[in-house]
Amino acid sequence: MTPGIDRSRLPEPELLPTVRFPSVRVARLSSGLAMRTVEHPGVPVVTFLLTMPVGSASDPAGQAGLAALTADLFDEGSDARTALELHAALDRIGARLGTAVGSDTTMVSLTTLSRCAVEGLALLAEIVARPRFDETDVDRVRDLRLSRLRQLRTVPGAVADRIFLESLYPGHPYGHLGIGTATSLAGLTAANVVWFHQAAYQLGSATLIAVGALTHDAFVEAAEQAFDDVPVRAADDAVVVDPARLGPPGPPLARLVLVDRPGAVQSEVRVGHVAAARRTPDYHALQVLNMTLGGQFVSRLNLSLREEKGYTYGVRTAFDCRLAPGPFTMQGSVQSGATAEVVGEVLAQLAAIGGDRPVTPAELDLARAALTRGFARGFETAGQVARAVAQLVIHGLPENYYDRFVMRVEAVDALAVTAAANVHLHANRAVAVVVGPADQIASGLRALDLGDPARMDP
Amino acid sequence: MLDYTKISLENGLDVIVHEDHRCPIVAVNLWYHVGSKNESPGRTGLAHLFEHLMFEGSAHHDSGYFAPLQQAGGALNGSTNCDRTNYWEAVPTSALDLALWLESDRMGYLLPALTAAKFENQRNVVLNERRQHYENQPYGMALMALMAAVFPTAHHPYHWTTIGESVDVRAATLEEAHAFFRTYYHPGNASLALAGDVETRPVLEKVRRYFEEIPAGPVVPPVAEGAGPMVLNEAPPDGIRLLLEDRVELPRLYLAWRTPRLFGTGDAGMDMVAEVLAGGKTSRLYRTLVHERRIATDVSAAQNSRELAGWFCITATAAPGHELYELEQVIGDELAALADAGPDAGEIERGLAQVEAQFVYRLQTVGGFNGRSDQLNAYNVYTGDPGFMTQDRERYRETTPALVRELAAGQLSGGRVALSIVPDGSANRALAGSTPAEVS
Repeated sequence: MTPGIDRSRLPEPELLPTVRFPSVRVARLSSGLAMRTVEHPGVPVVTFLLTMPVGSASDPAGQAGLAALTADLFDEGSDARTALELHAALDRIGARLGTAVGSDTTMVSLTTLSRCAVEGLALLAEIVARPRFDETDVDRVRDLRLSRLRQLRTVPGAVADRIFLESLYPGHPYGHLGIGTATSLAGLTAANVVWFHQAAYQLGSATLIAVGALTHDAFVEAAEQAFDDVPVRAADDAVVVDPARLGPPGPPLARLVLVDRPGAVQSEVRVGHVAAARRTPDYHALQVLNMTLGGQFVSRLNLSLREEKGYTYGVRTAFDCRLAPGPFTMQGSVQSGATAEVVGEVLAQLAAIGGDRPVTPAELDLARAALTRGFARGFETAGQVARAVAQLVIHGLPENYYDRFVMRVEAVDALAVTAAANVHLHANRAVAVVVGPADQIASGLRALDLGDPARMDP
Repeated sequence: MLDYTKISLENGLDVIVHEDHRCPIVAVNLWYHVGSKNESPGRTGLAHLFEHLMFEGSAHHDSGYFAPLQQAGGALNGSTNCDRTNYWEAVPTSALDLALWLESDRMGYLLPALTAAKFENQRNVVLNERRQHYENQPYGMALMALMAAVFPTAHHPYHWTTIGESVDVRAATLEEAHAFFRTYYHPGNASLALAGDVETRPVLEKVRRYFEEIPAGPVVPPVAEGAGPMVLNEAPPDGIRLLLEDRVELPRLYLAWRTPRLFGTGDAGMDMVAEVLAGGKTSRLYRTLVHERRIATDVSAAQNSRELAGWFCITATAAPGHELYELEQVIGDELAALADAGPDAGEIERGLAQVEAQFVYRLQTVGGFNGRSDQLNAYNVYTGDPGFMTQDRERYRETTPALVRELAAGQLSGGRVALSIVPDGSANRALAGSTPAEVS
């Protein structure tokens, strides 16, 4: 038996030197396509990611859902192959294909084994540049998305998300989910999709990111080969998301929105407002603020509502920092009987952190440490590194951004957090959206001083 | 496929170390060989509720486990299923002592800190977890109905779900939680895996310092399926038909069968059956139901391999304007075709390529759920051999079209459970002859 250990206090981890983000190299293919590569050896896996500056905020008026429908059709066949043939080719190299349409960007990624890199890249090029868009395929995929939309009406979290965005951004390009609405989606045709692809999903505005167990030169060579005969021209300015053109959203529809879900045992809650864009100079203070308020398990809101009161499985907050000011959102699912109390407490906590309960030294220390000391964990897989590089591209951040991140977070002090709270958190104009049993919760909500709840359908 | 060193301490704790120097982090992963299968009827949900209590503090650190580990830049979590409970921390290498200190403290010294107040709080959190993930989700009660029907004897260890019955969670007592800890949470019923930027020999010494002082506990008797009749297998050829009305827009059909257990004969083959039937857009059911006939919005199939038994499930949602009996008909035809002629070589080739790639993708992380440390522990707990990954992969490589045909014919014939979940007030849209399932 070896000697026992000291259990009178916790071991104190020493600080390790900061881990450096792997080096990002910039290249431009002979076709003009912009590229970033990261050598990430260890496991024989590669991830390719194409990021394009077009998203659901690019949806033309009355055509909400067009960007996402078009992107969903990328893998439904190419000029050379039917959808089934294309998927058979992807399956043969064990590839994982992912398409993500955000408000500002569309990303198409493909992960495969290193030895299949060339074939994988060729498939990615085929998928994005030469989609088939047969009318029957467009109709089929649109109908599947309409069915999905219909099903989402019974998912309380999806209802809350949709109505929260509609309430915060009435008439604004950020005011709808990527999937669109039943009316807009039903009107979309193959011609709309072909037009949108031509206008928006063009490689001249895209960046190809390659990460994994190949060298920089091997990545570039594979890409030269795969994108050899692919036209590279810029997307139309009109559909590229440009924060200068988006304009500010109008005032919210109501302070309090209630969606009835009769008999529901919980209420799905969203509280927040339009907040900050990614380029806000106090971005790092905002991250520290969020960690303290609701961005991690040991945040004020989660500790109070879950660990003290037991009202919920967990709540969280986030600043969604987009090209233009995105939403700050508190979200959670809480037992119905506690609904009004939870909304009231959230509003009180939003006000307090910039007012009479500023961040404490211990909270500040914890929030900064959680953001900086766990940094290396976020860059373990090729996919994680590729998504991190995509953020650099999307927001025009310098190649050494991640190496400076730790320093910048460590420089955030209590005054900076309080200042960020005062600039970016506004309890007095926050909107609350609640999806829950109206007959049980309406009267409590009315007492919150947010006005009479606006009633909406799921 | 992964190099490792395994030792067993005198108190019975298995310790596995895997070196991986790509990144200055280390994953600490601890499995206790206890899950909801160790519970009994009327006392369900305790294993999972207990997992929550493990994060609330121990004798020498009587406050939450998240704060010190997040302060150190670590991530942590835990999960419970029917067979096991796992806990993990992924931390910068300098915080390894902290993670081991905390894991050993809650293994050796939890009870003095396990109070009634914490118990009540986490009972409420768990009831809210159940509301959020099951009761208030469309189709959320399907699993309860399926488990009860596929493992129909009331004492079968898989008859109930891991989240448990609300009434049982409400009835659980602090004394039961204490007894549960004494029975199952000790070194002899646990396996500790470390993976990451560490050196094996010094790290084993470190583990000894933290864990050797914890006494061995009582031997945990293995859980058996029990001697009760397998009612399901004596069901009529068209099987058991159940229905649930729910707040849903589209009806959904679940077809389920009893199948081989984890690593049992035919288990990997059933994964390939699932792949051929519903793995991706080239699969038989996706092609027929969703792509060509457009009578379903989605379809999936899975072999759910568990320690004592397996079950196979095909799930499909009816497209607007279509009914579940149409889906049942087409699925039946496709199953018959597969059982009759088997898959072609291309289907098996594609399925194997996917499986091979998955084995490699899973090597990308050292920590967290399904990272290298979690896989080493899974193999160790279920087979006694942390290096079983190589044989595991071999099982798939041995799959032939003939085997898939044989399994489709043999496993997916009689003794079926068909569960229809239909919109409230539309019981008539369930498969004909269905009776209401009882869930709460």
